Amino acid sequence: MWELATHSLDIARLRGASYADVRVMHLRQRDLTTKNGEVGTLAQSESIGLGIRVLANGAWGFASTDQLTSDGVAACAARAVAIAKASALAKRGEVTLAPEQSFVDSWVSPCRKDPFEIPLETQLALLLAADAEMHRVKGVTLTETDMQFRKIDSWFASSIGSRIHQRKFISGCGMAATSFQGQEIQKRSYPNSFGGQHSLQGYELIESLDLLKNAPMIAEEAAALHSAAQCPEKTGTLILGGSQLGLQIHESVGHPIELDRVLGEEANFAGTSFLTLDQLNQLRYGSDIVNVVADARLEHGPGLGSFAYDDEGVPAQCTDIIKDGQFRGYLSNRETAHLIGLQHSSGTMRTESWNRLPIIRMTNISLLPGSWSVDHLIADTDDGILMDTNRSWSIDDRRYQFQFSTEIGWEIKGGKKTRMLKNPSYSGITTEFWNSCDAICSREHWTLWGTPNCGKGQPMQTMGTGHGAAPARFRNIRIGSAFSNQ
Amino acid sequence: MSAKNKKGSHAAASIRTAQSLSSERDLRSVIEAVLRLAKKTHAEEAEVHVEEVDDSLTRFANNAIHQNVAERGVTVSVRTILDGRTARATTNRLDEDSLRGAIDASLTLAQSQPEDAHLLPVPGQQRYRAVSRFVKASAAVTPEHRARAVRRACDLAIRNGQVAAGIFATGQSQTAMGNSRGLFAAYRETHAEFSITMQESAATSWAKANSADVRAFDPQKLAARASEKAHRAVDVVELAPARYTVILEPAAVLDLVGFLFYDFAATALADKRSCLNNRMGKPLFGNNISISDDVYHPLQLGANFDGEGMPRGRVLLVDRGVPRNLVYSRRSAKATRKKPTGHGFALPNEYGEAPMNLVFAGGTSSLDEMIASTDRGLLVTRLWYIREVDPYEKIMTGMTRDGLFLVEKGKVTSGVRNFRFNQSLLEMLRNVELLGPAVRATGEEAFEMVVPAMRVRDFHFSEVTKF
Repeated sequence: MWELATHSLDIARLRGASYADVRVMHLRQRDLTTKNGEVGTLAQSESIGLGIRVLANGAWGFASTDQLTSDGVAACAARAVAIAKASALAKRGEVTLAPEQSFVDSWVSPCRKDPFEIPLETQLALLLAADAEMHRVKGVTLTETDMQFRKIDSWFASSIGSRIHQRKFISGCGMAATSFQGQEIQKRSYPNSFGGQHSLQGYELIESLDLLKNAPMIAEEAAALHSAAQCPEKTGTLILGGSQLGLQIHESVGHPIELDRVLGEEANFAGTSFLTLDQLNQLRYGSDIVNVVADARLEHGPGLGSFAYDDEGVPAQCTDIIKDGQFRGYLSNRETAHLIGLQHSSGTMRTESWNRLPIIRMTNISLLPGSWSVDHLIADTDDGILMDTNRSWSIDDRRYQFQFSTEIGWEIKGGKKTRMLKNPSYSGITTEFWNSCDAICSREHWTLWGTPNCGKGQPMQTMGTGHGAAPARFRNIRIGSAFSNQ
Repeated sequence: MSAKNKKGSHAAASIRTAQSLSSERDLRSVIEAVLRLAKKTHAEEAEVHVEEVDDSLTRFANNAIHQNVAERGVTVSVRTILDGRTARATTNRLDEDSLRGAIDASLTLAQSQPEDAHLLPVPGQQRYRAVSRFVKASAAVTPEHRARAVRRACDLAIRNGQVAAGIFATGQSQTAMGNSRGLFAAYRETHAEFSITMQESAATSWAKANSADVRAFDPQKLAARASEKAHRAVDVVELAPARYTVILEPAAVLDLVGFLFYDFAATALADKRSCLNNRMGKPLFGNNISISDDVYHPLQLGANFDGEGMPRGRVLLVDRGVPRNLVYSRRSAKATRKKPTGHGFALPNEYGEAPMNLVFAGGTSSLDEMIASTDRGLLVTRLWYIREVDPYEKIMTGMTRDGLFLVEKGKVTSGVRNFRFNQSLLEMLRNVELLGPAVRATGEEAFEMVVPAMRVRDFHFSEVTKF
């Protein structure tokens, strides 16, 4: 692989590139699903190819190919340079890159049990058993389970001399029970909705989830939701479960801090951000107890945003995003770091595959834990609603106004979790929401959730991001608006 | 190595070195080579898909190109059947060992599962109605062509004191499939797309077009339209959230009604996750709403066969407000004693099928006529981040974006601060007052469809944002 990578860099330089970096990637994936006790998807795929990004005439070009021959990668490099020269026909300035060291390194993400070595029969048997556990609950009309495994090798080389090999193992698993009765569809998922939990781990993740123990519980809840009370419409106290809070972080912190979005580079598609450059170190983003970091280092945890180097050859870092409630940092790359006074990129360039351009991406954007236990938090809440497991999410294109709904809610009265509520939802304005946070649970309740399906860029890229969160409490939140006036 | 294997290896090599799309003959050779390899295993049946893409996309922001990319690739996907079991393996390595590896992988996967009593054999040869969606002019677009068009759009923005962002994408792709019962189907198309957002002060507006033929739209006209609307949106008023009459431009209609497509899948009804459960054959929408799935419509793109190689049929889904028909894969058709409609996904999968080429019946009201006949309402350019809140009542939430305007006494009077909506699609399609001519619309939340602009009464906006 190194020979092909080096050859493409040489061709790019000969054709006039002032800078080039190249990624050869080999992606392997296995997908297993069940539905109503039968196998659904059962598929395996592999994809290997090379993508090269070049600067020529002060502008960018990128080309990719699956023809991993000397001629194939040479043609690809030449095409990238030709595209860069075309880009220069519509440039307004020269691209400049923050300095970066060259690195020669090799890194493998931690994986105790290679999921591709675990017998398929074992994997399917677990899913089918979990499916059966859900299906035997009366009132459940649809049961689904899924597992997904990925093994990604990437060989990065750049014209400043870096040669970095990384291997990642990614595992994911989840299940859901749906119940249709009368005029209503209700659903419960475990351990999270939309595919479950995903992390940079091997099959040990699956074994840690205890699907069989949790299957009956979510199935019973799905059926019970039909007779639960409707979530009221009011302004009040909200407690969010960890997985829902993880998505709240993703949408209302993670996306607005992407510097490409701030600078208008996503204006036509993913949107911009209310976090204009003048807000840095000035904006009170949240209350004093709100601390958020962007941490790609493995010591933060085996998140979908963990790596050793980003796809621009920059080492993984931890950046303060919100410190004691103050807005402190953006996600940057080598091209944009200088705009926020940094000497170096914060290391957030990531690509979905060999045929996609690296772009600024979330790494692990996590709310640091507080000191409360969940029991203590509930006991301390006189009147509130606990919402758990996302059902829908939406936020405006500058990331101010959001609305989330969850699969299940629980009324909190007099410090006790009382009746179940269906169709819970809440909404608000990002900074008002985070400034209303008055309690965050402790490390023992903190989970690094994986969001495997974050879409951004054109052509669209899907990326996995990590979001550490523990349950937390928010005051004076608008609740129930999704079903108001219906 | 046998002669057949040598032939297979040669076919794979020919496709790998192609600098434009491979010929149909090349694709057929690859498929036949893989089927020959599969025949040497214990697979009882096999099915092969080949996909090839050659796509380019020029992206601009802040009045300059900032990303400019191109990709080429071929994938081969193999599904084998053995003892009532099936599975799929996909690779983009076309050497004989890799293709054999994919076949073995699919067999290993297939054998790992219990027998599927409902698994059908692969279908035999089919006849297809021809479609022609490959336009040489689109395939011939160069990076310089795209860059010059982008430059002109950016120059317009600069002249008007605005900031432009968007894409100009062109490409070609093809898909072919064959199976061990002699079925063979192939389809190729070109695609071109221009999308632009113009910003003036805090106001933005947007225009987008998409076609097989790059000559079907003029990037400069789209840029001018977005520019003019952004300028009109500079002065904004904030209105209270409430129910309003809305005039939805086609892109806004598309991105909303696109969320209905899977509800018309027979498998979705069998799984009781469709909003049409217990509602088929009963009036559900206004009698001015008729919806078909029609891949042969002249404004549609897409292959004339489904994931199993069945010919796509034209299906009348909604007739004057009444849901009449569903779409069926071979499996769901057999389970319900219907005929397959040619809408199945590639197997194995748990979702079954879906209509992918929706065509709404249009009306005769132009957008200008809708505005002129509206005493008070809102003109909606585009919607954003639409998600399902309630799957049975089909309540959707989302935001307006890039151009929300107040209409008073038949005229657009100002921009309006953006709203969040929570709106049942079922109710919305009962409240359609006027329909425009159906056009090919493209948005960002749903795949392209043929839909009209609509004037809808009592559209529910629940909250307002900061801009």
